[in-house]
Amino acid sequence: MKARAFSYVRPATLAEAFDAFAAAGGEASYIAGGQSLVPALALRLQAPECLVDIADIAELRGISQEGEWLRLGALTRHVEAHDDPLIAACAPLLALAAPHVAHPAIRNRGTLGGSVALADPASEFPAMMLAMDAEMEIAGPAGRRRVPATEFFQDLYQTAIEPGELLVALHIPLARPEHRCDFDELARRRGDYAIVGCGVMLALPQEVVSEARIAFLSVGPTPVRARAAEAALTGNRLDGDATRRAQAALSEDLDPAEDEQVPAAMRLHLARVLLGRLLGRIAGAA
Amino acid sequence: MNAPLGTLDRPNSYIGRSVSRPNAKRLLAGRGRYVTDLVLPRMLHATFLRSPYAHARIVSVDLGAARAMPGVRLVATGAELAKLCTPWTGTLDHFKGMKSAPQLPLPVEEVLWSGQAVIAVVAETRAQAEDAAEAIIVAFEELPPVVEIDQAREPDADRAALAVADNLCFHSRLDTGSIDEVFAGAAHIVEEEFLFGRHTAVTLEPRAIIAHWDASEGKLTVHHATQTPYQFQDLYSRHYGIPEASVRVIAPDIGGSFGMKLHVYPEDMAVVGLSMLCGRPVKFVADRIESFVSDIHARDHRVRARMALDGKGTILAVDVDDVTAIGAFSTYPRTSAVEGNQVIRLIGAPYRFRDYRAELSVVFQNKVQTSQYRAVGHPIACTVTERLVDLAAAKAGLDPIAMREKNLIADDAYPCDSPTGYKFEALSHQASLKKLKALMDYDALRAEQAALRRRGIHRGIGIASFVEISNPSPAFYGIGGARISAQDGAIITVTPSGEVRCLISVTEQGQGTETIIGQVVADQLGVPRERVRVMTGDTETTPHGGATWACRGAGIGGETALQASRKLRGNVLLVAATILQAKADELDMREGVIVDAPTGAERISLAEVARIAYFRSDTLPPGVSAQLSVAHHYAPQGYPFAFTNGVQGCHVELDTQTGFVRILKHWVVEDCGRIINPLLVDEQVRGGVVQGLGAAFFEECRYDENGQLTNGSLADYLVPMACEMPDIVVGHIETPTADTELGAKGCGEAGTAAASAAALNAVNDAMSPFGASIAQIPMTPARLLRALGAI
Repeated sequence: MKARAFSYVRPATLAEAFDAFAAAGGEASYIAGGQSLVPALALRLQAPECLVDIADIAELRGISQEGEWLRLGALTRHVEAHDDPLIAACAPLLALAAPHVAHPAIRNRGTLGGSVALADPASEFPAMMLAMDAEMEIAGPAGRRRVPATEFFQDLYQTAIEPGELLVALHIPLARPEHRCDFDELARRRGDYAIVGCGVMLALPQEVVSEARIAFLSVGPTPVRARAAEAALTGNRLDGDATRRAQAALSEDLDPAEDEQVPAAMRLHLARVLLGRLLGRIAGAA
Repeated sequence: MNAPLGTLDRPNSYIGRSVSRPNAKRLLAGRGRYVTDLVLPRMLHATFLRSPYAHARIVSVDLGAARAMPGVRLVATGAELAKLCTPWTGTLDHFKGMKSAPQLPLPVEEVLWSGQAVIAVVAETRAQAEDAAEAIIVAFEELPPVVEIDQAREPDADRAALAVADNLCFHSRLDTGSIDEVFAGAAHIVEEEFLFGRHTAVTLEPRAIIAHWDASEGKLTVHHATQTPYQFQDLYSRHYGIPEASVRVIAPDIGGSFGMKLHVYPEDMAVVGLSMLCGRPVKFVADRIESFVSDIHARDHRVRARMALDGKGTILAVDVDDVTAIGAFSTYPRTSAVEGNQVIRLIGAPYRFRDYRAELSVVFQNKVQTSQYRAVGHPIACTVTERLVDLAAAKAGLDPIAMREKNLIADDAYPCDSPTGYKFEALSHQASLKKLKALMDYDALRAEQAALRRRGIHRGIGIASFVEISNPSPAFYGIGGARISAQDGAIITVTPSGEVRCLISVTEQGQGTETIIGQVVADQLGVPRERVRVMTGDTETTPHGGATWACRGAGIGGETALQASRKLRGNVLLVAATILQAKADELDMREGVIVDAPTGAERISLAEVARIAYFRSDTLPPGVSAQLSVAHHYAPQGYPFAFTNGVQGCHVELDTQTGFVRILKHWVVEDCGRIINPLLVDEQVRGGVVQGLGAAFFEECRYDENGQLTNGSLADYLVPMACEMPDIVVGHIETPTADTELGAKGCGEAGTAAASAAALNAVNDAMSPFGASIAQIPMTPARLLRALGAI
């Protein structure tokens, strides 16, 4: 199929981008890496009158450490999450998840901001924003604000970004020496959307878990923090008992929909298997 | 094994050498010329409004808005095309009682599956055509769809197509007579119900066609991504009433076909009519979504089967019931019954037993039609047989290899017949199994398996023997009334420079047909291979023939080339003998030079002979006329098919907690007779194995209860990818057929034939400590977790 005709602008500043969006009377889409939008256009699932390409907006680029935070410009590409040493040092979970994101050709073009703004619940990076307790910097004609990940993902493909606004940057708290993290997912084929995926970030100052953040992908309409499982770990040694309690607690955290291919019970089962393996790996490496 | 002919076995023979493809560099450089790449002057683009319903009546259509859209040149309905094109029916005379609804390019009243093309739009660009298609308004009245096999077979079932009386397309029965008595007296009986998912070919290049009706000379030229240009020349001629000689079908570079590109598709027939209506070339290229809802699907069988054994594990009898659902009509012109027919005839084929009964029911439903796809019926027959053999081995307390050693037909028992009526000339099951066992280091794998099981690692080993059908004679289609040729033709010419041009009717889809034909010609004519240019795929220049399907390219095309080359060689030597005042039978041609046969002394080059023949015929004696072109045809005689055989082994590791399977390694020993090019044979086998493993673990066209395909994209329909595929080790046994001088049989389907069976047996072997089993492919994690009782 071929996309419907659309106009195309490539502004150099945020202000110009907002103007261009407004000028299209709500019939515009921002485009960054295009890895999700272009297929949707080709399938005519989306047919905006105007594409506002944000690739030239310098402010949306850059990877930098700002105090206790790592700032990732929204146009940071997946391949940079995969390769960049500063990201690996400051946000190791992102680097661990990156190899699971699609294939190299897609990682070369796809942007972190695009992935987080789309908020596909089966994508790795949105869930990792939850696991890392990141904050999203959103800008629009009315100004700027920072929204914590826990408030950012609202429903299927719905985020705190209002029409016309742009995700400008991702702010990620720096990983500390006592942090241990790991990521894994179960996908039918390498690079596919996973049946279930999980990122775990634990603070293990001594042998006791002082803080736990566990986020799942592909288990519901949004990426999900597994609060009950986190609570089962917090304040305990990371051993088999705690792991089993955390796995059991997932029935409180996750409520996957019935699906002919992946029944809800199977997804919950696999989430438990995956969490058990990740905690086992962290315990084994600690 | 003694080869029938010494010349084929010369140490420097091109036959048996891993020669690379002459066209590989061009294709890799992106210089292929696929139908999609072709742009003809004044060319228009077609797209189709497709049915959103699996079964519906067309109540009314409103085309006014679409016709007024920018760039639109034609919006055509089924009724308009029906005035130009006669209907077709996908039945064969030798399938007694078979029925199917007549088909037209586009439906007039009733749509039969979701995704069926309903209205055609032709515009200056594809995008404009799609814009206009969105503006078409069709009022459908939904009819109840027939979706499930059992639903189709209920006595008062809704009909999938109102034009046929019931949903039974074809029924067939094989019975050697005393099955019930044999089962009653058997020491052991094993049985299973098998489910085989629908899948489809997913060629890299989708279906593509450009039809150009030129009214000024009454000529139709069709550039068509097809395996079988001659078949389509005939069909376009007969259904559009154009003299055959005025229809030219050109199949340029083709990006894979696997059987999918030899069937009649409504869109392709429509495009011919659209070009006639527009008087301009019209192109249609299926996009991937259209491919999923309009390319043929395959498989979709439910087989209930049982096997009777004596107390020592000897197979006595097999009893089979196969039901297959084929869509709402039988595909034209090869039908949708061949697959089921081959399933019931191939079951048990490698084994020595006499009593057999099989029931085949081919039923209609409201889905895309199924038809011939790589290894037609083979994976189903092989999986049923080989799983039963494993179950029988367990019952008899035999190792799977020992069970097969005991029951496979002995290598010295040929010729022999199968209980299903196939005649086997010479196969090598026992030698192949022996070679496989050594290649796999089977005993070491079993020891490793036992050791790992104690550590909670569950690996499985699966074995599957197979028989493959190749080189079909006219008994396959011709006898059934289909104008599908079993013969091939070649025209070979020595050019004035002493180069060689071979025009041959077998075709190239990427598998290397042109390469092996070039090898045979170079070898048998006696010229360097670089001097041979093979041309295929144009009905105007190449002789009529069956083209490429059913693994006939090497066996039939190769023999055609061999015989034609020898004829031409005789002609060349005759001229050379005249020039040299020698005797032709004392001369030979080697690497493009005519030599004294006994001494090898060089006498005259082929180029010099050609120069004299073309430009200085005045120097030849009166009455001598050089015949440096020959046209030659060859049709298989003798055995109705050249059966091949082999055996595969699969090694997997099952994650019992997740239901995920890692394929560790796969082995194939195959016997395709004389191997013309070992590299290409290995590629065919490996590619075939990957398609078989795709069927085993990934590929499935899934439908909902309304008959909607729910995974019609490459994101949701999982094709096997390199990361998940194992190393594939290939070994060979060579048992040439004595029916031809070349001795080659087919090899393109061997890999697909048994890979899914070996994989299923391997997974079941891995699950055996848990008392779990599976008899359904694809073996998805959900199905395996259910089998294991984990969910």
